[in-house]
Amino acid sequence: MHIPEGYISPQTCAVMGAAMVPVIAVAAKKVNESFDKKDVPAMAIGSAFSFTIMMFNIPIPGGTTAHAIGATLLAITLGPWAASISLTIALFIQALLFGDGGILALGANSFNMAFIAPFVGYGIYRLMLSLKLNKVLSSAIGGYVGINAAALATAIELGLQPLLFHTANGTPLYFPYGLNVAIPAMMFAHLTVAGIVEAVITGLVVYYLEKTDEENILYKFSYKLRGDNK
Amino acid sequence: MRKLYIAAIVIILLTPLGLLAPGSAWGEWGLDEIKSMIGYVPEGMSRFSEVIKAILPDYSIPGFDSNFFQQALGYIFSAVVGIAAIVLIFAILGRIMGKPQKKNE
Repeated sequence: MHIPEGYISPQTCAVMGAAMVPVIAVAAKKVNESFDKKDVPAMAIGSAFSFTIMMFNIPIPGGTTAHAIGATLLAITLGPWAASISLTIALFIQALLFGDGGILALGANSFNMAFIAPFVGYGIYRLMLSLKLNKVLSSAIGGYVGINAAALATAIELGLQPLLFHTANGTPLYFPYGLNVAIPAMMFAHLTVAGIVEAVITGLVVYYLEKTDEENILYKFSYKLRGDNK
Repeated sequence: MRKLYIAAIVIILLTPLGLLAPGSAWGEWGLDEIKSMIGYVPEGMSRFSEVIKAILPDYSIPGFDSNFFQQALGYIFSAVVGIAAIVLIFAILGRIMGKPQKKNE
């Protein structure tokens, strides 16, 4: 789901980067207010976890690959704002050191994977909890919907390129496939395989943390960010 | 905490499993793949694709990726380097965060 350099126009990169600025600003403010210095390592662990599971490429029928993100898991354990910062830093390191996702495209990639994915996933998780589902199932459904929302956003950003940016005779300047190709291809990979992997990872970790006495770790930070002292 | 470290090491050692999946992710092709798919490389793509050269491109050590064993080592090395970089960034963030806290005390 990492958009490489040159796949989206500099204008698109600028718009997506500008969209991420207020997200990071609010996230930094909220985290700085409610987190202690000693809570920062938890965010580092979340960031490192996401970074690592994104290295596990999963084969998709048709010869392509996709990967889980762990965005909803981070949003549940750290709260969505801290998750947003942790994921953005993982994406920044991937772009800078490993060429996975462009540097100019960092705004777009973090919008999809560090904003859409954790916030949609967390929203669905809360919605499922309010429907009296247990935490494990709620987190798995949240993970599934979260990663698919991010895949859809990525497909739209890519698919808009040939429509918006082409030469006078219609030759695409950047990503060549339109929405009619990008959306089905991205959604197929994530609805069938990557979404299920994301759901299983999210559910399993939440299950494990609930079964052990780590549950306090699991919810301590999200409680803090919501301002309840449970 | 000890369990967490063991889990982290196991996950890092397993990262080369990600190499077994054939093909690139949809929408993350190299320029040569794009050319074979649509017959040309879009102008903007070729202009921006090499803006920054990654130090460990595609999680591999340059010149040390000729067989699966080397690629697997490159993958594990990349995971360690990436995690170290993340820990470093958060250590810096933690220092910056420390300041307003002192004011409240």
